[in-house]
Amino acid sequence: MRTPFTVRLFQSMPRTGWIALAVFAAITWIGIPVAHLVLPEGHALHVSAYTLTLLGKILCYMVVAVAMDLIWGYAGILSLGHGLFFALGGYAFGMYLMRQIGRDGSYGSDLPDFMVFLDWKELPWYWAGSDSFLWAAFLAMALPGVVAFIFGWFAFRSRIKGVYFSIITQALTYAAMLYFYRNETGFGGTNGFTNFKRILGYDITAPETRVMLFALSAALLIACLVLGRYLVTSRLGRILTAIRDAESRVMFIGYNPLHYKLFIWTLSAVLCGMAGALYVSQIGVINPSEMSPANSIEIAVWAAVGGRGTLIGAVLGAGIVNLAKSYFTVTVPEYWPFFLGFLFIAVTLYLPDGVVGLWRKLMTRKAGDSAEAAPQPARAAVEGKTGEISDTATKGASA
Amino acid sequence: MNRLLMRLALLFVSLACLAVPARAALDPALIAGFAGDFGSRVAAIEALGVDGSADARRVLSALEAGNLGVVSERVVITDGDEVMDAASGDKLEMAVTEVDTITLNNRLRRSIATANAAFALFSASPAERLAAATTMRENATETMTPALERALAAEQDEAIRTVLEYALAKINLGSSDTAKRLKAAEALGGSSDPAVKNMLSALLEKTGEGKNAMWVESSAEVRAAAEASIRAIERRISIAQTAGTMFSGLSLGSILLLAALGLAITYGVMGVINMAHGELLMIGAYATFLVQSVFRSHLPAYLDWYVIAAIPVAFFTAALVGVVMERLVLRHLYGRPLESLLATWGLSLILIQAARVTFGPQNLELANPSWMSGGIELAAGVVLPWNRIVIVGFAAFVLVLIWLMMQKTRLGMFVRAVTQNRPMAGCVGVPTARVDTMAFAIGSGVAGLGGLALSQIANVGPAMGQGYIVDAFMVVVLGGVGQLAGAVWAALGLGIFAKFLEGWAGAVIAKILVLVFIIIFIQKRPQGIFAVKGRFADS
Repeated sequence: MRTPFTVRLFQSMPRTGWIALAVFAAITWIGIPVAHLVLPEGHALHVSAYTLTLLGKILCYMVVAVAMDLIWGYAGILSLGHGLFFALGGYAFGMYLMRQIGRDGSYGSDLPDFMVFLDWKELPWYWAGSDSFLWAAFLAMALPGVVAFIFGWFAFRSRIKGVYFSIITQALTYAAMLYFYRNETGFGGTNGFTNFKRILGYDITAPETRVMLFALSAALLIACLVLGRYLVTSRLGRILTAIRDAESRVMFIGYNPLHYKLFIWTLSAVLCGMAGALYVSQIGVINPSEMSPANSIEIAVWAAVGGRGTLIGAVLGAGIVNLAKSYFTVTVPEYWPFFLGFLFIAVTLYLPDGVVGLWRKLMTRKAGDSAEAAPQPARAAVEGKTGEISDTATKGASA
Repeated sequence: MNRLLMRLALLFVSLACLAVPARAALDPALIAGFAGDFGSRVAAIEALGVDGSADARRVLSALEAGNLGVVSERVVITDGDEVMDAASGDKLEMAVTEVDTITLNNRLRRSIATANAAFALFSASPAERLAAATTMRENATETMTPALERALAAEQDEAIRTVLEYALAKINLGSSDTAKRLKAAEALGGSSDPAVKNMLSALLEKTGEGKNAMWVESSAEVRAAAEASIRAIERRISIAQTAGTMFSGLSLGSILLLAALGLAITYGVMGVINMAHGELLMIGAYATFLVQSVFRSHLPAYLDWYVIAAIPVAFFTAALVGVVMERLVLRHLYGRPLESLLATWGLSLILIQAARVTFGPQNLELANPSWMSGGIELAAGVVLPWNRIVIVGFAAFVLVLIWLMMQKTRLGMFVRAVTQNRPMAGCVGVPTARVDTMAFAIGSGVAGLGGLALSQIANVGPAMGQGYIVDAFMVVVLGGVGQLAGAVWAALGLGIFAKFLEGWAGAVIAKILVLVFIIIFIQKRPQGIFAVKGRFADS
């Protein structure tokens, strides 16, 4: 007899995990909103609009990092084009936000300003329905999903993997960036979408709206973590891990990796799209630079810094890197690329399991010191696993 | 004997010219038009152009400088406080303020340019004559016919003669004599100039609406001749353009090849994708810039040859950086290709920022040496620039060197052995670690050479390498790993394919289509064009 879904969902995470999520929810749904809305400006615990937007942005990035961890950490697929899905979600929702401006644009026209500027008389066909919130929200998930599905179907079917897959995803986002930079594509060219005024009729810059969007981002992150945790502990998750470690063997047993990879790949893109939609609403701008290969590869580094294959690591990684980034770009902007570059190298060379791996190592050492235990079996398993990875990886590379 | 006689005759003529007093003057009737209305002024300018004498030029330059004026039907030239009669050059007793100066508008300026061109048709410099003839072809009207005919009779240079003939034919197309028009329409078929084609196709249009529509060209015979000529021109243009596109594809392919050769070697040997490979191109280009600066300040006389001196500098600088990268970072990432992507990307961030901090974020200015500027003109508008021709040759040269290195030297043999089977190569005594370093140095050096080549045709800036890394990797994917021949075919094929697509669909769509093509191609042949046969290729 199968265990009921709710029980399986609950069992997928240890109790500390649920407690941590509850604390996180309390902070993001009650703590920070109160600190922003209720506490006066001078108060020591007051959260300014700037900080709130920054935190909201980082929450969206954390969702992307979790999505990246699902495919890279668990399925072994390194995407260097996840920024594309993020930006597609942002653009899909940005179309709605553009329409919400109404006649308050600088030309006072029904059309978005950039279209008036290009002397267009009516909306292009793909803008149809963009004045509906529900359609926009659906599109923000469906568009990245469909793009990912088509691309993934072709790529996984021909068993493109390893660095080949990574580079092709990078080329994909690069090509898309070039495409969106053009004016005649109907997405605002270099400037993209900006100067939003309203969402669902509410003022988008009002503190209440900001708090709402922030809380929604936090909810999305929590949902992602729960869903991700459920997936990776399920049968599907175990098959994905098996595919990551020895794809050929999984095939010989009788599974078709295509379906599993395609599912997690598309899901990951959909999550990115949702994060993108929330990101645009909070940051108030989306332009093609979000699709630049550099942005996408940074997403991979968030997951790597935190520790792949842990989900929580991705959240930590995105938080650490982006807080460091906002600190650096404000104080010493010219040193940020150096720092980021060294971070890329240091993490891959010295911290292959990221912050979470480092934490676990410290904890096991502590436990080992106190109990003088025999070599940890878990550790041996981990080492065996990494051996497998490099084995398949080299084979993939020589293919 | 004949020539001697001619020279003597020329001498006499020129002496005769000198003997004539300088103020012998222009026929006042010629310039009387300036006193008249706008149309007669244009006619007067053209008449001056046809006349071509020194006095005509004097009057024209005065007009151009805004010094030509009219005083009661008399055309005069002002010079400071003095007023002179335009035709004779005699000083007149009147104040400048009395003169009604002729103001120029665009129509008059164009006529002046044409008249000046008519003078320049007889210039001593062939380049000036050619430019003048081209201007005439664009602007000349029927009144210019005598000047053109005179120039054609005197002209020796074949290229200028052709342009002059077209100019005359163009004028004749507007003639009222059907025979003349027919002859002109036929003669223009020998051209390969789009401008001539437009001129002819204008004849085949109708004016007016519906039933009242009239052919611009009334004679059916002339229209048929024009159509035949248009077809001939179109064929010639399309051949020239195809050749031009092929060539730019070839040159793009050569750059891709230089970028991809190094990548193919390092990826083949170590299974590590070097995302900082594009920055090695950048380093090669910056090294070239430094060599140019040194030549500028210390050896300005040899500035033209700085590119040659930069070859070893670019190679060894990039190779050195490559070795440092390999020793410090890549060495530790064997068997972890995905992580090596990230680490090398980190390297590329650092290198770009280092270049930005050291040299500034702006593009550097690199001048083509004089022997690399200019080009071969295939047809009007289709030019093969010398710098690109040199680069194609240079890429071929580097390719031959690499091929010799891989096939004929001991190191090359080791590199091939490690590419095929690292553990086995190690077992039979190949020093794999040293081979890795050497292979990386050579691969990086070749990228440096690619940067040198790029510096001659593209902008040199800190992030210049970024645009090429993806394309270069596509070449490696397409060509198959560790395959020189595959890389060559893939680079040239992609280059030419991309350029044709560009002409057809625009640069961005072309890029996307190339990507789609590669994805579909990999579906069919996951191992690249030249799959390595044998067990080691089977994973």
